[in-house]
Amino acid sequence: MDFAQMYTAWKELLRAGTDLPWWQEQYVYFYQAFVEGGRWQRYLEGVGVTLMVTVCALLIGVVLGLLVATVRTAHDQQRPGRRNPVLGLCNALCQVYVTVIRGTPMMVQLLIMGFVIFSSSRDYTMVGALTLGINSGAYVAEIIRGGLMSLDPGQMEAGRSLGLNYVDTMRFIVVPQAFKAVLPALGNEFIMLLKDTALINVIGGKELVYAAQSIYNRTFEQMYPLLGVACIYLVMVMVLSWLQGKLERRLRQSDRR
Amino acid sequence: MIVVNHLSKSFGDNLVLQDISTTIEQGEKVVIIGPSGSGKSTFLRCLNLLETPTAGRITFQGTEITDPKVDIDKVRRSMGMVFQHFNLFPNMTIRRNITLAPVRAKLMSQEEADETAKQLLERVGLADKADAYPAQLSGGQKQRIAIVRSLAMRPQVLLFDEPTSALDPEMVGEVLQVMKELAQEGMTMVVVTHEMGFAREVGTRILFMADGKILEENTPQALFDHPQHPRTQEFLSKVL
Repeated sequence: MDFAQMYTAWKELLRAGTDLPWWQEQYVYFYQAFVEGGRWQRYLEGVGVTLMVTVCALLIGVVLGLLVATVRTAHDQQRPGRRNPVLGLCNALCQVYVTVIRGTPMMVQLLIMGFVIFSSSRDYTMVGALTLGINSGAYVAEIIRGGLMSLDPGQMEAGRSLGLNYVDTMRFIVVPQAFKAVLPALGNEFIMLLKDTALINVIGGKELVYAAQSIYNRTFEQMYPLLGVACIYLVMVMVLSWLQGKLERRLRQSDRR
Repeated sequence: MIVVNHLSKSFGDNLVLQDISTTIEQGEKVVIIGPSGSGKSTFLRCLNLLETPTAGRITFQGTEITDPKVDIDKVRRSMGMVFQHFNLFPNMTIRRNITLAPVRAKLMSQEEADETAKQLLERVGLADKADAYPAQLSGGQKQRIAIVRSLAMRPQVLLFDEPTSALDPEMVGEVLQVMKELAQEGMTMVVVTHEMGFAREVGTRILFMADGKILEENTPQALFDHPQHPRTQEFLSKVL
C-alpha cells in the first residue's frame, strides 16, 4: 500500500466516522494539506508571488527611500543664506510623504490603494507590491537619512575643506561609510517587508497566505496549511538574515585590516 | 593674503566671535592661543567657511569669500585644513585619502597624484603606509598623513585646528616636527594650539583670544615675555 492508497483508505474510514488512531488521522490531514491533488504546487506558486512582490516592493522602496533621503539630507545640509527654493519645496513634499505613510496603518493604505485608487485594476498583486513599495520607501528613507546624519560631521568637513564639492564628498566619503552603518536596520526593514507581503491578501493578492486559505477553505482543516506557511516564511527570513550577516561581515573587513 | 573685516559669528543667542579684524600676510605663521571657549577654533573655521560668519567680510587673495556667489570649493582648494581629530577617511587607503581630492579637482591625473603622494609620504617618513588603512595607524601617523593630504592640493595657506590636542604626549613631537619643517619652507600657516613652545619657536605673530575677541597680538617674544592685557597675563601664568 503506497502513500496515496493509505490516504484514500483512511480518509474513507474517517468520513464514515470510524475512530482512527491519532497518527493515522494526522496523516490524512497532512496529506490533504500538502500532497492531495498536487497542492504543494499552490504553496510554491504562493512563494513565487511572495518573493516577486517582495522584490518589486524592495526596488520601489529603495529607489523612493534613496530619493527622499537625498532630498531631505541635502536640504538640511545647505549653507545658511544659500537656500535653494526648489529643494525646499521637494523637502516639504518628502516630509508630507513620510508623515502620511508612517502615520497610517499599512492595512488601511492597502485597502485605499486596492479599493479606492486602483479600484478598476484587476492586478491585485501588483497593486499590493506598489503599495508595499511606497510604504517601505518612507521607512527606508528615514533609515538612510539616519545613517547619513549619524556619521561624524568631521568626515564631511574634511572632504569639503579639501575642495571636494558636496556631491563628491557624499559619493566617496559619506555614503560608503553610512551604507555600512545602516545595513542592519535596512536588513531588518527588508525582513519586515517580506512578512508584510502577507497583507496584500486583503485586497486579493494571490500570495502565500492566499494559497493556504484557498486550501483550508476546501478541506476545513486549518492547522497544517497555516503551520506550513509559517515554516516557509521562517525559512525565507532565516535565509535573508544569513545573507545579511554575510554581507555585513564582508564590509566589516576593511575596519580590521 | 587673508583680510578679515569686522567678523562676527553667533550660534543662536550665543555670540562666539565679536567684531574681529586682522590681516594675515603671505609667509606669516600666525598662532592663535587662548582659553577654551574663546572662539579660536570658530575663527579658524570661519576662514575657510566651514562656519558661515554672521557678519563681516573675509577676503582671500583678493576674492571676497564671504560673498554667497563665490565658488567656495575652488577657494578651499588653496586653503588646506588639518583637524584635531585628523578626519582621515577610514573607508580608503592612505594613498586614496591623499589622492582623492587632487584627482577629483582635476589638478592632477591619478598617476601624478600617486607620485605626489609617494614623495610627500617619504618626506614625513611614512612611505610604507601608502596601502594601509587609517585604522592601522597611530594618532601621530594619522595626523602626519592628514597634513600630507592637505599638502597634496598644493595650498597657499594651511589652517591647523589644535593638531596635537588629540595625541598621546609621545606623538606630539613628530607632528610638530613636520609643522616646523613646513614653516621653514615658507608655508603660510594659521595655527590654533595649546603648545606654547611651538608658538614661541615657530610663530611670527601670536594672537591671544578670549571671549570672542582678539585681546592682544604681538610677536612671540613680546607677547610671552611682556603680556600687556591682564587676561593675557592671567592665561600665560596658568599655562607656562
